[in-house]
Parts: sequence; C-alpha cells; structure tokens
Amino acid sequence: MNMTILSGTLLDEEIELSLNELCRACSSSAEWIIELVEEGVLEPVDSQQIHWHFSGTSLQRAHTAMRLQQDLGLNLAGVALALDLLDEIEFLQTRLNSYEP
Amino acid sequence: MDFKDYYEIMGIKRDATQDEIKRAYRKLARKYHPDVSKEADAEIRFKEVGEAYEVLKDPEKRASYDQLGANWKAGQDFNPPPDWDAGFEFRGGGYTDGNASDYSDFFSSIFGQGFGGAQTGSRQGAGHAHGNDHHAKVLIDLEDAYQGATRSITLQSPAVDNSGHVTTKQRTLSVKIPKGVKQGQRIRLAGQGSPGMGKGQAGDLYLEIEFNPHSIYKVEGHDVYLTLPVTPWEAALGATLKVPTPAGPVDLKIAAGTGSGSKLRLKARGIPGKSHGDLYVVTQITLPPADSDKAKALYQQMQQELAYNPRSKLGV
Repeated sequence: MNMTILSGTLLDEEIELSLNELCRACSSSAEWIIELVEEGVLEPVDSQQIHWHFSGTSLQRAHTAMRLQQDLGLNLAGVALALDLLDEIEFLQTRLNSYEP
Repeated sequence: MDFKDYYEIMGIKRDATQDEIKRAYRKLARKYHPDVSKEADAEIRFKEVGEAYEVLKDPEKRASYDQLGANWKAGQDFNPPPDWDAGFEFRGGGYTDGNASDYSDFFSSIFGQGFGGAQTGSRQGAGHAHGNDHHAKVLIDLEDAYQGATRSITLQSPAVDNSGHVTTKQRTLSVKIPKGVKQGQRIRLAGQGSPGMGKGQAGDLYLEIEFNPHSIYKVEGHDVYLTLPVTPWEAALGATLKVPTPAGPVDLKIAAGTGSGSKLRLKARGIPGKSHGDLYVVTQITLPPADSDKAKALYQQMQQELAYNPRSKLGV
C-alpha cells in the first residue's frame, strides 16, 4: 500500500507561535493565555515586544496546564506549582537514570 | 463484556457517602492523572476512575447501578437484564462529561447507547465546533533521532455509525520523525485529529516522542552518555580506542593516567540540531580476572614491584 508520509511541526524551542496561533491550538481565549503568562507558567520569547511570541514547548505546557485545570480542578497557582514540580521530577529522574546501570 | 465493580475501582465501600466518593475520586484523579503519573497504565486507570465517578457521583445512576446487585464480581461476564431498558430517565443522556469513547462497553450497556452525533459538541456547545485533539506516543530508537525516520502509527479513533452507535475505527498514518528530536518533544500534525462539527475545523494530532531504552547509550536532553570499559594498562599508559557513537564508530584518544569515571567530551556528537548535543564517554576501568597462573603471576609482580597504596588518604 502506498501511503503518504505526513510531516508535522516539531514543537521545539526553534519554532515560534503567535498569541493567536497558541490560542487556536489550545482552543482557548487570549485572556487564559495571558493569565498563564502572568502566573509565570508560560514565557513569551521576548516579552518586550508588543506582539507576543511563544516557543513550541509553550504549547505543550499550555496543553498540560489545561488538562490539569479541567481534570483536577486546580486553580492557576496550583497549575503553576504542579508544572514546576513535574519539571523538577523529570530533571531528577533523568539524573537518576544516568546513575543506574 | 466484563462486569465492572465501580466501588472496587474507587476503593470504597458500597455504602460510601457522596462526600466519601468525591474525596476518593479527587485522590485517585491526582494519582493517575496521565500528566502527573509515571505509571504505564495511568491513562487507563484514570479513565476507569473517571467512569466509576461518573456513575457513583450521580445518585440516580448510582441507584440503578446498585440495582444490578452486589453479587457481580469484577471481570465476570456481564449482560444487562432483559428488562433493563425500562424506566430510566437518563437513558440516552448518559455522557454528561467527557468523551463517550472513553467509557467502557459495560458503561454503555447500562447507561445508554443513545449517543447521538450532536453529543460530541456538548463541551463546546452545539453548532460548529472544533474537533478534538488526539494525543499519542511514538517510540523511536536513539539512532532515529540522529538520522530521522518514518514511523507508521495506528490510532484508534471513535466514530459514530449510521445508527448512532459509537465504534472504534482504526487508522494508520505514516509520519516523518525529523532528525534531531529529543525525548518528550511533541510533533504537531495539524488537522489530523477528530473531524470538526459543522464548519468547525478538525482537531490536531500530537505525537509525543519517547526513546526506547538503549543497550549502551543514555540520553539526557540532547547529550548522550556512553560508559566505556577500559583496561588498566590503557588507562595508565594512554591509548587510542575505537568507540561507538550512534552515528558510527570514532577513534578516541585516552590520555595516560586516565582514572575510572573520567568524563571525556566528544563535541557535537550528541543528538544533532541547531545546537548539537555532545557525546560524553565515561571511562570504567575493568580488571582482567586472575584466573590463570600467568595472570596471577603478573598481579603478584605488580604487588611486589609497585609501591601503590590507594588508601593512603584514609589514614589507615
């Protein structure tokens, strides 16, 4: 069977999404994204600019934030804390793996 | 179809109060949330708990579930009683939250298959709605991150047939894995999620990259680690050794007097990308066994001729 090979966008630090694109990808309002920025969950690439841009990893973070908020009923401060702790666990887990045979 | 014991799933007694049910749910939801839990079956458990809570939190649904009786055991083959259809107001309106496809056949058999197309849009409101995003994991080898690869992935997606029943449809996609991907990164395939309602756009498909554990390499971000066994004489005298890298073997020079656990950096031999990762070679000095007379004699000769006390700093 001949199948078309799909190419997606790799959501890394190198791609940038506008506020509008980020909202669309999250099906969220701009206000919600702004709240995430104010809470420190997301950081625009260059916050001095009038039009915010976000890295691809921000989309991943925003999705996780949305699921935590909806599924566990967390408020934004709780989401921010959970995300920070999850990052730390991931970092420590990677370090731990490198010591295990 | 297997009977599901919702009380057992939530770890509560059959006479638990609504408050106890809520508390049990909150606790389990935090424990098994797929973004939080690292357990392999977290997503399945999370959905199972969600389904149990969906039934038990609603006194009406709970009452009808209880009517099935306490004699059923989890996993027992289950068919709803023949007169089951009668007299439940919620019949057909079962899925108050979430996605019908997330619930088990057992749930559907009791709380309704009257799941219509319009229900999908319930979260976003009727009319034109954006299709749901889909998430899937793709396992790749470290070598794939160096060279890029194509993976075909099979997705189960819910579809509503002509009579309004929810079925699972299999779909296979061939996806390009770009060179330079890292553990945990996501690839977004726009428009490959669920179709939208009305004029709503289709959702997106997100693929999360996960590396298969490698037999010799360990990955940390875009850096790669290799433990390299060396002989005592290679470490003591220095040597040029052939060292494997995911992109093919290279020659590595070991300086004389290299200790065990020394970290040697091979610049830009980690995962490629705009900022190349590095490959770290960590030396591990291994001893040849003293399992022959000749080997024993050599060790004894060293013992006699080398004045070496590795414990001199320990004060004993």
